Amino acid sequence: MAISFDNAFGVQAKALELRGKRTELIASNLANADTPNYKARDIDFKAALSQAENVQKFSTASVDKTNVKHLSLGQNQEMAQGVNGKINRTEAVYETLYRNPISPSLDGNTVETHVEQAQFAENALQYQATLNFLSYRITGLMSAIKGE
Amino acid sequence: MSLFNVFDIAGSGMQAQTVRLNTTASNLANVDSVATTPDQAYKAKHPVFASVLNAEMTGGVKVRDIYQSDAEHLMRYEPNNPQANEDGYVFQSNVNSIEEMVNMISASRSYQNNVEIMNTSKELLTKTLSLGK
Repeated sequence: MAISFDNAFGVQAKALELRGKRTELIASNLANADTPNYKARDIDFKAALSQAENVQKFSTASVDKTNVKHLSLGQNQEMAQGVNGKINRTEAVYETLYRNPISPSLDGNTVETHVEQAQFAENALQYQATLNFLSYRITGLMSAIKGE
Repeated sequence: MSLFNVFDIAGSGMQAQTVRLNTTASNLANVDSVATTPDQAYKAKHPVFASVLNAEMTGGVKVRDIYQSDAEHLMRYEPNNPQANEDGYVFQSNVNSIEEMVNMISASRSYQNNVEIMNTSKELLTKTLSLGK
């Protein structure tokens, strides 16, 4: 059985990365709370995560094939195989959307501090939840390795 | 690691709000300054904020410019004031102290916001670093 961190941590690793990105986005919204014409941004977490999952599915770790007679590691690899026999590792891309303000201000700024604060707090909690899931996964792996 | 960028972003926000707080302090300190002509009189100063965005459309804020208010200067009749002109008038600063108080509160709240963001990010990073321990 091959040990792969992608398989071991599953979607949680991607989720953690996305949560980090979202923290950055909301932090820049709050830093620009007083900037005229600044438009608040956010990501659709669900859509971004499912996109990241698809990318992960089709780009599993594999070996290069230098000869056509070489065996491939698995089915997934065939699907992601490029023209030159190498893997097309596509980066996870996600859309940053503009937030719809409840009451936009006259200077064109759409940052509503209380909304952003709530989103930031929520995101921070979910980040910690993801950290907990990862931590349990590591504890599980550790006890499997030690066999105690 | 995107969480490290949060320090830069929140830091730039704190820097910008500090400049705003500084101009407010300067304006409030000079609220009673007088001068002989309107040109010499103290003019209220306000910062202009602009966002600094990277390719991923995230980023901090910077102070692009500090402009001087062109509001009218009130004249006050003080013939005994050595600063008075030949008609006995002095020109007051055009600082609106109510506006400055509001600016001060707004700036300090925004500053606190950025500090909170930094604290939360630090906490999250510390927990991430101790993952698996």
